[in-house]
Amino acid sequence: MTLEARDLTVRFGGVAALTGVSFAVAPGTVTSLIGPNGAGKTTAFNVITGFQRPTQGTVHHDGLAITGWRPHRIAARGLVRTFQKTSLFPGLTVRENVLTGLHLRGRVGVTAALLARGRVRDEERQLGVEADRVMDFVGLGTRRGEAAAALSYGEQRLLELAVGLAAGPRLLLLDEPASGMTASEKMAVAALIGRIREHGITVFLVEHDMRLVMGISDRVLVLNYGRLIADGDPATVQRDPEVIRAYLGAGAHAHP
Amino acid sequence: MRRLALGIGLVIVLTAPAWVWNPYHLHTLIMAGIFAVLALSLNLLLGYTGQLSLGHAAFFGIGAYATALLSVKLEWSPWLGLLAAIVLPGVAGYVIGRLALKLRGAYFVLLTISFAGCVSLVSVNWMDLTNGPLGIPGVPPVEIALPGLAAWSLRTKSAYYYLVLAAVILAYLLCLALIRSRVGRALVALRENETLAASVGIDATHYLVLAAVASAAMAGFAGGLYAHYTRFVSPEVFLFTYTVTMVIMVVAGGKGTLAGPVVGAVLFTVLPEALRELTSYQWQMLLYGVLLIAVLFFMPEGIVPGLRRRWRPS
Amino acid sequence: MDQLLQHLLNGLLLGATYSLLGIGLTLVFGLMNVVNFAHGEFYTFGAYAAFAALALASVHFFLAIPLAIVAGALAGAVCERVLLRPLRGQSIDTVMLVMIGLWIAMQNAELLGWGGVAKSVPTPFPTQPVVLGAVSVAPLRIFVFVVSGLLILGAHLLLSRTKLGRAMRATFQDRETAALMGVSIERIHTITFAFGAGLAAAAGALLGPVFLLYPSMGDLASLKAFSVVILGGLGNFGGAALGGLVLGIAEELGAGYISSGYRDAVGFLMIVAVLLLRPSGLFARAERVG
Repeated sequence: MTLEARDLTVRFGGVAALTGVSFAVAPGTVTSLIGPNGAGKTTAFNVITGFQRPTQGTVHHDGLAITGWRPHRIAARGLVRTFQKTSLFPGLTVRENVLTGLHLRGRVGVTAALLARGRVRDEERQLGVEADRVMDFVGLGTRRGEAAAALSYGEQRLLELAVGLAAGPRLLLLDEPASGMTASEKMAVAALIGRIREHGITVFLVEHDMRLVMGISDRVLVLNYGRLIADGDPATVQRDPEVIRAYLGAGAHAHP
Repeated sequence: MRRLALGIGLVIVLTAPAWVWNPYHLHTLIMAGIFAVLALSLNLLLGYTGQLSLGHAAFFGIGAYATALLSVKLEWSPWLGLLAAIVLPGVAGYVIGRLALKLRGAYFVLLTISFAGCVSLVSVNWMDLTNGPLGIPGVPPVEIALPGLAAWSLRTKSAYYYLVLAAVILAYLLCLALIRSRVGRALVALRENETLAASVGIDATHYLVLAAVASAAMAGFAGGLYAHYTRFVSPEVFLFTYTVTMVIMVVAGGKGTLAGPVVGAVLFTVLPEALRELTSYQWQMLLYGVLLIAVLFFMPEGIVPGLRRRWRPS
Repeated sequence: MDQLLQHLLNGLLLGATYSLLGIGLTLVFGLMNVVNFAHGEFYTFGAYAAFAALALASVHFFLAIPLAIVAGALAGAVCERVLLRPLRGQSIDTVMLVMIGLWIAMQNAELLGWGGVAKSVPTPFPTQPVVLGAVSVAPLRIFVFVVSGLLILGAHLLLSRTKLGRAMRATFQDRETAALMGVSIERIHTITFAFGAGLAAAAGALLGPVFLLYPSMGDLASLKAFSVVILGGLGNFGGAALGGLVLGIAEELGAGYISSGYRDAVGFLMIVAVLLLRPSGLFARAERVG
């Protein structure tokens, strides 16, 4: 199993954001985590990627326990996440954003930077080629030199995806990649996720858009009030009475 | 066109001692050079990682004292003293960087101020080591001893000018090399969005410590140059005015660029000298305060980026 | 043992003024999120304002202090209006740098206006210390302690019992709701900053006569204020009150038993120690980080 969460519990103050959550993500699949607002989805992401410590429970990646590791170490193992709120390097151009995302693909450290300019030149050239490839893959090839802050909202979300992909993930965690997008932008994101899966990258995503989720997922996990209430293929989950209750009870239903 | 301008500028700078008749003006240029190295060092931290250190005078002072003590009390060669002026502050920078860990923003600033305050108190109170407020006089000049030739003592201003010029160029190239690489991108990523940087594998602590060490070592080097130039070191090197001046140079010149701090250093060394006839030191410092506020209000990116924007068609 | 009691008493008396300094800063730093490196300059301003009233206008000592507080508060209000309001929304770093600029400008203005020579403030109190059993105290210090205590009490009452205090607390907990309830956010910001500046000026007016006045006296005051704020936790009134006393006592003990030259290092070391070991402050409840 690429990712295994066992008995994850997160408590702070008097609130239990997650209680006894256990699941596994199979390699090469697209798994979605859904649930009403406040169900604990982002908390789960935070715990898996090291941005938050669980009160109890463990996270294993390819058999290795990564619970409580710091985010950059987890990223170095191939688990890369994006964020719910648009998160970019605002003062940099699209290309510079992606180049920064390529950090793990480079080797140059202080010594090389100061003494081995030849190696630096070669690496910069290589990374440049990689950056172009990633930008073309997500469809931002024509916007290379633009300042990140100058992009439209949809383009910024794509850039976020590009930066995440640049880090060379084996497991990509996307936190609401389609939120705030138009219908056509959402279809593009769905297609992109499909292409990412084709490249052998496992995808684990949090999303609210039911049609998107049911359309691309191999597996769906449902959280409600910090507990896992369903875990199966899309069709089964959609018919699960407790899931329906959770959503209808909360007053939420499939978003347009 | 730009190359021609750069070329002319280079010639002017390289031949300065020949046509700057007034030795006091040459002194001003030398001080400008020392401050340029200092400003570049502060810029590494403030301009690239985004963290402000108000304790940089401490690294400058430690460097000055290190080389002064070693060359006066132990009679080491000034070159070894200069090496110590780089290494010792570097170690101090490492300690600060490691201690700072999760501290950012104002808390980091407070840590650096506290560190500088403690170092300053030590220099005044630990009489046995530092001679207290009396300072350490008689710091020997730097000597260049080539085998077979007589030792050439860099006592004259002209000679020292070239030493300082070489130091500025070296510091500039070092910063350039760091910035134009994966290392530089990591530093900038910390400034722009530390959380995102972590999610793509950038170790914030590692790079912050790196920036702190490099920054401190460079500031220490400037301190060493200062010690062998003025030939006298006292607790006055820890004066807050040096830190203030550094901050103005970097912020007004343009943090996050490499030309900015150098331009700022020259501007804010030459300007006060020019105004010295007209106004007193206090008016100058008052002006600095007002200027800092004005720059942050009207030209927050600084002079160099501001001018670049105007000269480049967008 | 007597020595210890004397040190503790001295520390307590001094500490009350540190509490006053710290409370002013914790409100501004904690509530407004402004890193006010110029806080010490309002302290200096208050000291010189009291001196001016006494020496130049021959105002009675007991009137000079409230005058200095009002002057400090007004200066604070002007600074907030002119410097901080236009910068609302800018990054905390920009505001911090602007406050540093204000720090430099104010200090050198003091230097230009009053000269660098230290001045001493005449007081109506006898210099003969009052002996209470094993310890002795200068009457001036008792006065300073009492007034500091009253001001702290007054500040607490203002924040917790008055409409203004409620409005202040509401604004900094939830701006939008407070605005909807009819609170003038702009005015609250100005008042809060003026409040902080006024308290700093009070500390300066009170401590001025105890020590000497010189233009850079604010540097250490700023640092000690930050030390108190960090000790007590950002925005924590009670924490700052306690923190001030802790700092005062620690300083006196350090100066008495270790070395008087390193007295000011106590504040520095406290900052370092608390920042590294318990960043949320000694008296704050453990909070979630992040």
